[in-house]
Amino acid sequence: MDELDRKIINILQDGFPLVEEPYSEIASQLGINESGLLSRLKNLLKDKTLTRFGPMYDAEKLGGAFSLVAIKVPEKEFDKVTEIVNSYDEVAHNYHRDHEFNMWYVLATETPEKINEINSDIERRSGLKVFNMPKLDEYYIGLKLTA
Amino acid sequence: MTGILLKQQAFIIDDVDRQIIRLTQSGLPLVSRPYHAVAGKLGLRVNDVISRMQLMQKNGIIRRIAAVPNHYTLGYKGNGMSVWDVPDEQVNELGKKVGALDFVSHCYHRPRFLPGWPYNLFAMVHAHNKEKALLLVNTIAELLGEFDRGHDVLFSKRILKKTGMRLIS
Repeated sequence: MDELDRKIINILQDGFPLVEEPYSEIASQLGINESGLLSRLKNLLKDKTLTRFGPMYDAEKLGGAFSLVAIKVPEKEFDKVTEIVNSYDEVAHNYHRDHEFNMWYVLATETPEKINEINSDIERRSGLKVFNMPKLDEYYIGLKLTA
Repeated sequence: MTGILLKQQAFIIDDVDRQIIRLTQSGLPLVSRPYHAVAGKLGLRVNDVISRMQLMQKNGIIRRIAAVPNHYTLGYKGNGMSVWDVPDEQVNELGKKVGALDFVSHCYHRPRFLPGWPYNLFAMVHAHNKEKALLLVNTIAELLGEFDRGHDVLFSKRILKKTGMRLIS
């Protein structure tokens, strides 16, 4: 990743225009040509420097639901419980964290009811209590990471 | 505790909007005229695609159109979930202050589970290493002052799963 890649990453975190030739507009702000920008962008996505590029949709406004859920998993059962939790397509992320509450997963479902359904299922299959922590309020989303 | 979050105000989107979402949820085409490409696949005019996406952006269905970098690749290896026990009466006011800090990405009010989990405010902090992340957590503690009745930071040991979310299949 060189200086130009960093500039591209920084400028593209600010937003992307809804115009007919948006890459050309961004390229001219960077002082490069459009094909140069497109090939850089393809490489940044290919080598996973960028996880994605495009519209960020708000799943809740589309009728879906999200929740963050924690479980206290005994170390010796960790792999088994990971397998159970990860088996659901609705589990979008799952992290092992260094805490008594050591498993944290994010559910993204099409309906709010489905959140409770999957959590109950995970409780039944794992024999462990799940702690459902949906957001009650949101104060800020979106961070610019300086590349 | 409260149940799951109720659906936020639903905006009316139609089948054409849903088709646009389906085509762009995993990314915008990397071609000179990306909105033409979307329009072409759906048999629409480019102006329809652009104006529908503008409206979705205005209504917050599209939060923004942007690149999402991988924290680790950019050198942000100290990513901590800081959790705070603050008085419920102050949580909104304090949440806004914490969320406004430039090193905080997500900031949420979430339910407590007493006695084992007293924390009701979550703030993700991002730094180049764990030590620097802990300094940022101290900055939050100073900001909260007497309202910080206890806090903790959970660092990730391992990503067990991370997939893109399919919003519409």
